[in-house]
Amino acid sequence: MNKRIGVFICHCGLNIAGTVDVDALREAVGKIRNVVYVKNYIFLCSQPGQEMVSDAVKEHKLDGFIVANCSPTLHEKTFRTIAIKLGMNPYLVEVANIREQSSWPHSKQPDYATKKALKIIKGTIKKLERNIELYTQRVGLTKRALVIGGGIAGIQAALDIADGGYEVLLLDRKQSIGGHMAQISETFPTLDCPQCIMTPKMTEVAQHPNIKLYTYSEVEEISGFIGNFTVKLRQKARYVDWDKCTGCGECIAKCPSKPLSEFNRNLCKGTAIYRDFEQAVPSYPVINKEACLYFQKGVCRVCEKVCPAAAINYEDKDIIKEEKIGAIIIATGYDLMPIQALGEYGAGKYKDVVDGMQFERLLASTGPYAGNVKRPSDQKVPESVVFIQCAGSRDPETHYPYCSKICCMYTAKQALLYKHNVHHGKAYIFYIDIRSNGKGYEEFVQRVQEEEGVVYIRGKVSKVFKRGDKLVVWGADTLTGQTVEIETDLVVLASAMIPSTGSLNLASKTRLATDKFGWFSEAHPKLRPVESVTGGYFLAGTAQAPRDIPETVAQASGAASKVLALFSNEYIESDPVIAQVDPEICNRCGYCESVCAYGAVKLNPKTRIAEVNEVLCEGCGACAATCPSGAISHRNNSRKQIFDMISVATENYDQITTKFDK
Amino acid sequence: MKIEIKNEEVRSEIIQRIEEISGENIYKCYQCGKCSAGCPSADEMDLLPNQVIRNLQIGKVDAVLNSRSIWVCATCYMCWIRCPRGVNLTSLFEACRLMTLRQNLDQVGLKEAIKESEEMDIPQIAIISLLRKLTS
Ligand SMILES: Cc1cc2nc3c(=O)[nH]c(=O)nc-3n(C[C@H](O)[C@H](O)[C@H](O)COP(=O)(O)OP(=O)(O)OC[C@H]3O[C@@H](n4cnc5c(N)ncnc54)[C@H](O)[C@@H]3O)c2cc1C
Ligand code: SF4
Ligand code: SF4
Ligand code: SF4
Ligand code: SF4
Repeated sequence: MNKRIGVFICHCGLNIAGTVDVDALREAVGKIRNVVYVKNYIFLCSQPGQEMVSDAVKEHKLDGFIVANCSPTLHEKTFRTIAIKLGMNPYLVEVANIREQSSWPHSKQPDYATKKALKIIKGTIKKLERNIELYTQRVGLTKRALVIGGGIAGIQAALDIADGGYEVLLLDRKQSIGGHMAQISETFPTLDCPQCIMTPKMTEVAQHPNIKLYTYSEVEEISGFIGNFTVKLRQKARYVDWDKCTGCGECIAKCPSKPLSEFNRNLCKGTAIYRDFEQAVPSYPVINKEACLYFQKGVCRVCEKVCPAAAINYEDKDIIKEEKIGAIIIATGYDLMPIQALGEYGAGKYKDVVDGMQFERLLASTGPYAGNVKRPSDQKVPESVVFIQCAGSRDPETHYPYCSKICCMYTAKQALLYKHNVHHGKAYIFYIDIRSNGKGYEEFVQRVQEEEGVVYIRGKVSKVFKRGDKLVVWGADTLTGQTVEIETDLVVLASAMIPSTGSLNLASKTRLATDKFGWFSEAHPKLRPVESVTGGYFLAGTAQAPRDIPETVAQASGAASKVLALFSNEYIESDPVIAQVDPEICNRCGYCESVCAYGAVKLNPKTRIAEVNEVLCEGCGACAATCPSGAISHRNNSRKQIFDMISVATENYDQITTKFDK
Repeated sequence: MKIEIKNEEVRSEIIQRIEEISGENIYKCYQCGKCSAGCPSADEMDLLPNQVIRNLQIGKVDAVLNSRSIWVCATCYMCWIRCPRGVNLTSLFEACRLMTLRQNLDQVGLKEAIKESEEMDIPQIAIISLLRKLTS
């Protein structure tokens, strides 16, 4: 039992003191049993604040202390480190969060906030009284990373880690790495083509001695924890033996089956045996079983006949591989919302209403019309194009509330490229706001408006319908206060970015948190943007939120540097605040085993008594709450401690007088 | 043309009343104009639907209550269906009409309306809804 407790109350500038009556609070805390010292300070986390805490612990011979300030996710570590320096066990330091849990939410009720702050502190004192000293455990780590997703984010992260000297597995479910960037015609604001700036990186990946490529593969299962993951990968049946294949492409040239090309976003046909695009890495093809005549009808085998390397293997099977991994980067990217959902724009109904990525393919020299912009319906050169921004974005009512962040810029780029392609053509952009906040971005938009003569119309489109072979666009020009109608040949929707299909499935396999749309959640929106909440997982690129290539690459390098920092350690320290079984009390029911999401508690097969794997246990407390005999407790959150805190929480509010009391 | 934004007009009592009756928050609107773009009555309006909201946002309630727009609104709900922010403009228009109607200021006379309906062979149900909408 800790009997010489100190309490340090932080004003956090006015964040706490602006609402909570900190003087009344100090006085009330001073009267609580076992509290021998109370001190208020304007910023406890400041250097002088920390020194003050340190000095007071020594001077008053405190055997534990509480800092009443912000969330423990922010400064628990700061103050526990002070304890370590003083030779005190860090688990005898607790945070009473009176900012996020009191002053902020109750900023309009200062009296209530003050009284609640007292309860929070008092409850924490009760808990601290029964805290015991805990010690971390050390476990080794595998210095080998897995990057899931081989878009530009995954490519950059893999290269950085590999250059740092560690082995990386780069995984992509597609035949080739490259992701969406490979589909883009030219990139804003500098207008370099991805072939020029990305293929060198892709080649580097292919040649790097530290990178092992797993394309056409997916994650089957992940178990373990930071530094010690075991990952099962499913390498899908390719029906081509990549060890024999030379990538000559004879089979692709001769394949008679012509399904729609996914890479060209269904604007033209590809082949059943295919590689994603000409510069694909690896360059070896795979067979799309659903489209292959041999698999579907039992006749053909043309590829087998023409292949000079005898690489075709119709008997190929999925292969499951197991790999030991120390850190995982999620770089699974994005997709565009299906435009069929935008019925008012005739999307899905009219061929000449396309999404942004389809228009990239129409512009691309590697696209269906070799870079000459034509309408999908009749291959006519469009005399005019109407672009509709925020299609499905910034639309909390029917689609997605967020801004997709990149479409203002790519729409400006696409309008410019269209004008370069069809000199006499007219381009109209319907927008609500123009978001061009990147280096050189505003200048780019200005150039599109001034020099390229693209007409920006401020207003949203309400309806697109067909008249003859034209599309009619009904919109508003809110600047003149008039409704407008434009007859045009082609409509391009800057449709909302969404997390890549399968993100939620991957999230459940990895037990990673996502927001409600499926974007992977970062540990802290400002200060830990490339780490996930779960140890050992890092985030790169658009898997986390919409962003453009420069930001994606920067974040990928950030994630890679976190992995490198992790790999610079020889061991990992595991948190001791976890579950603990009292074997004398355990009645062998096994309820704990069934509730543990991490597979960390199991009945010993011989004794049938529950045992906790200290490294796997995340300390969630589910087992402790479930155990009917009370055999499992959560270290430093024992039943007694929890009940003590509940009795404080349910006390009356009338034991503190504040300056707000009349 | 310059208009003065006045503290006493912005979020005035009457505007708050309009919000209360309609159950809408006028500041949800980000002025995209999609409502106006799809409104079948927009051609007959002196203020486009998005301009009606804009005027309310900056406190110019008189401009709205004196406009033709609120009476021309066909109550078809197209603006609400399409609005990305889910602003029920139709309800707002109705609330604006009530501001006038609750002062017993009819917008059509009962007699003329009935006479006109007989001459033009308008179904009774249309007359009833017209009267509901335009008379106190
Ligand atoms: C129309 C359009 C035009 C654009 N133009 C520009 C531009 O000009 N300039 C610019 O800076 N940005 C532009 N962008 C944005 C740019 O595309 C992105 O910023 C960038 O491609 C993001 O890269 P990424 O690696 O995060 O994601 P992606 O490119 O989506 O890569 C993700 C990869 O992960 C793989 N994957 C996904 N899920 C799994 C899984 N479960 N298992 C295994 N693999 C998986 C995918 O196959 C893919 O290869 C544009 C975007 C659009 C839509
Ligand atoms: S066997 Fe299948 S993949 Fe091979 S050429 Fe025929 S259709 Fe194409
Ligand atoms: S980036 Fe521009 S077009 Fe895209 S959602 Fe945001 S504001 Fe709309
Ligand atoms: S505390 Fe949570 S993670 Fe640990 S053993 Fe119990 S249920 Fe599993
Ligand atoms: S559609 Fe909605 S958000 Fe857009 S201007 Fe009209 S009311 Fe405002």
